[in-house]
Amino acid sequence: MALSIAYLAVIAALASAVFALGTNFRRNVITRTLPFLLLGASGVAAVAAGGWALLDNLKLTQQLALGLPWMHWHLRLDALSGFFFAVVGLLLTAVSFYGPAYVREFESSKQPLSVLGLFTGLFAAGMLLVLLADDAFAFMVAWELMSVSSYFLVTYQHQNAPNRRAGFLYLLMAHVGALAILLGFGVLAGFGGNFTFDAMRAATLAPLWASIAFALAFFGFGMKAGLVPVHAWLPEAHPVAPSHISALMSGVMLKVAIYGFIRVTYDLVGHIQWQWGLAVLVVGTTSALLGVLYTLMQSDLKRLLAYSSVENIGIIFMGLGLSMIFLGTNHPVLGVIGLIAALYHVLNHAVFKGLLFLGAGAVLYRTHERDLEHMGGLIHRMPVTAALFLVGCVSISALPPFNGFVSEWLTFQAALQTPKLESGVLRAILPIAAALLALTGALAAAAFVKVYGVAFLGKARDRRAAHAREVPAGMLIGMGMLAVLCLVLGVLPTTVIDIIDAVPRLLIGQAPPSLTAHGWLWLTPVSADVASYSAPLVLAAIAITFFIGRLLLRRNANPVRRSAPWDCGFGPLNARMQYTAAAFAQPIRRVFGGVWKVQEQVEVTRASAPATLVSGVRHQLHISDWSWLKLYEPIGRLVLTGARHIGHLHSGHIRTYLMYSFATLLLLLWIVT
Amino acid sequence: MNLAPDPVMAWTLALIQTLLFIAAAPLLAGWVKRIKCHMQNRAAPSLFQPYRDLVKLFRKDVVLAENASWLFRAAPYVVFGAFILAASVVPLVAAHLPTAAIADVIVLVGFFALARFFLALAGMDIGTAFGGMGSSREMTIASLAEPAMLMAVFTLAMIASTTNLSVVIEHNLHAGLVLRPSLLFALLALAMVAVAESGRIPVDNPATHLELTMVHEAMILEYSARHLALIEWASQIKLMIYTVLIANIFWPWGIAEAFTPAALSWGVVAITAKLALLAMLLVVWETVMAKMRLFRVPQFLGFAFLLALLGMLTHVILETGT
Repeated sequence: MALSIAYLAVIAALASAVFALGTNFRRNVITRTLPFLLLGASGVAAVAAGGWALLDNLKLTQQLALGLPWMHWHLRLDALSGFFFAVVGLLLTAVSFYGPAYVREFESSKQPLSVLGLFTGLFAAGMLLVLLADDAFAFMVAWELMSVSSYFLVTYQHQNAPNRRAGFLYLLMAHVGALAILLGFGVLAGFGGNFTFDAMRAATLAPLWASIAFALAFFGFGMKAGLVPVHAWLPEAHPVAPSHISALMSGVMLKVAIYGFIRVTYDLVGHIQWQWGLAVLVVGTTSALLGVLYTLMQSDLKRLLAYSSVENIGIIFMGLGLSMIFLGTNHPVLGVIGLIAALYHVLNHAVFKGLLFLGAGAVLYRTHERDLEHMGGLIHRMPVTAALFLVGCVSISALPPFNGFVSEWLTFQAALQTPKLESGVLRAILPIAAALLALTGALAAAAFVKVYGVAFLGKARDRRAAHAREVPAGMLIGMGMLAVLCLVLGVLPTTVIDIIDAVPRLLIGQAPPSLTAHGWLWLTPVSADVASYSAPLVLAAIAITFFIGRLLLRRNANPVRRSAPWDCGFGPLNARMQYTAAAFAQPIRRVFGGVWKVQEQVEVTRASAPATLVSGVRHQLHISDWSWLKLYEPIGRLVLTGARHIGHLHSGHIRTYLMYSFATLLLLLWIVT
Repeated sequence: MNLAPDPVMAWTLALIQTLLFIAAAPLLAGWVKRIKCHMQNRAAPSLFQPYRDLVKLFRKDVVLAENASWLFRAAPYVVFGAFILAASVVPLVAAHLPTAAIADVIVLVGFFALARFFLALAGMDIGTAFGGMGSSREMTIASLAEPAMLMAVFTLAMIASTTNLSVVIEHNLHAGLVLRPSLLFALLALAMVAVAESGRIPVDNPATHLELTMVHEAMILEYSARHLALIEWASQIKLMIYTVLIANIFWPWGIAEAFTPAALSWGVVAITAKLALLAMLLVVWETVMAKMRLFRVPQFLGFAFLLALLGMLTHVILETGT
């Protein structure tokens, strides 16, 4: 039954793709809304199916008569895929509210709306199918469906050259990753005998081969998830797609890659070695820290959010790394805490990053502006969007009582259990990773103060920002849903953990012992004496102090008077005197010097008459990513040089080609005999 | 959740302790100001001057800048609320109060971050250069101070194998007079972070309104009346929290473990003496130090982080197994 609902979700997504073609023939409310209605139905069905699988810890398998004649598609819905199913479903539902109003933006553009709808549906179906796949063949087909359809979404506005370039890079990187995943499955299938996941699970691998399979999966899925140093495609590709697609890509497509990683490492390979965990922890920590440092330097709102996805994926991998270290050293209970922290962050990041991308879309919708330096003062013009975006900013900055805090707190708690480890090196490395996580969190808060402060607060820096209006209700509902979820997931962590602990029970065979042992009010990893956090009480206390304060202070207070701000006696301030996004990040840019390649130019033009008088200053700042300069470009050059050398084979003479054929034939004959 | 036998009494005590904490915070600020004046050969204001200032501010009418949004008006309440919560978590007179279980020390750092986040946003709300400058500097300093603070806290947490403040204090209380090098490093690091975070010399000067050196004051330049009062009070509570943390974690003697009148009154006397002494140390420090250039602050905090790291490594390498 749950599996039928899951099929329903996939079919609804496919139907949404088909019906989107209707916009070719007639443009009205129905053809525009129907695809999103179906997408919403798909989302609700996905949440239902996933939730059911989680709650009842189901393990349903089925074979469908699709695919190769000798190998039908094996599908399976269990707690792990159920959890990710629900995450995808949540965001699909929010997007389905947001989409109908948002896509009106594209009605007047050159591209047909049908293309956008078609590939959105296929993309959603692809993601859901990846989660259901139970053999490598079905997995790869669904994976490609997801990657290729999202390529068309990235290049949707293909008249802009940067979009085409970003799309190509995305497609290329997706396939390099897919190749590694395929090889990983190859190793597993070699030992398991065939391509079903059941066979792979049953196979016992030699430690070396297990490590190779793990490394391939880590590279392949890590590439898709956007881990440093192979992340450079992500901040190119995600921002150029339409905003609701960016929300889906950053919010859930990256999570599908994490699903793949967990599925292969925990489930198919099994017998986790702690060295793998250490590698994952180191890469995760690097991604988190570098991701947030690059986030801080961006002034393009959507690009900034994409870099912040790199950071959050890093945090998720930190949780996974901790979990794998503990599992590899025979501490399954602690391993469960790490895994729960990672899964919780998967859910949280999907929700708040979805919210933030939808919010960025709302700003884009009204101001047609992605550059922070042209925004400002939107809190006066778009009050509801501003409030919802604030919820997203508070959540992503890991502040209590919102959801981002809970998962980071759990990650900290997992990292602090190091005294239980035997190895002195690990005991020293884990707290350092935790301190770097603290640095990441603090820098993320700085980054989102910058985003919110520059975009929504202050005065409008641009005419379009000054005349922005609130977005339509549908978009607000989509964002509002996610904002409420941010608070609920932050305040009721025990309930959520009670639901997702089906996943560790499936993968590790152990439920978290005491996370929720003291009732719904108290979150207590390890034990109550070690650490406890009560989010509901925190929220209650904040609310009580807030209202008592306001009641006491606002009683018989005179109405507030408005006056001009302090201007040092120089006359009225204007919008250009505000701190800009670049200025806000300048101290951090100076402190962390070499992390970025910074090119800064200041040109001062002087007036002719008094030589001391400055008539104009022009400041240019260009910040580039080292991974692009040091990793991608050299490899790209190497490939080009190689291709040129191989190109010499093509002489253009038929004689030469005939000789090649003849030589090949001889070689083959020699091999055969 | 080591609840006392009688939960009602325990919660009442916790509430009283929180109120005491909030009420005493201006007194500590007054004490610091007073001995600082004496030390620098200036005429000192009364010990109760901060209370008078707060009362004055609460009575005044609010003047808002033209561009101020609802966020600017809500921020003082959020900041004050966050610090009240933080104060309720820190054991002042008695350990094992039920509020201590609501949040551990990592959540405490989270409360500070929440308050800072809203204050920095409020600084950017008006759209003046000062506000943005203050917010930018505050977030930079905080992003360097937070890891140092958490590293120091992690050292403590690993020694006591808990992040719950009450349990940490209890552990240190019963560990006796063992000289642990890791604790010394953690203490130094925490003290440096406390100086930076509560905006004291050499990182920031609470008494300045000189444009180029302001950090905290630049953010709150546009606040007036009750809003300003709440923010001032909140920063006094913040100073008090850091001092109490240092006092009670590293010198926990005297803190009440049982809820008897004798133990509690002894606890009050002990914490008063400890705070008075620590405040004197702070004053000496502030008098002999000069304010640092802004870009020297990262080195200062980097040093704090290094000390905390050393503390953690000494614990891992030298002290485990003891």
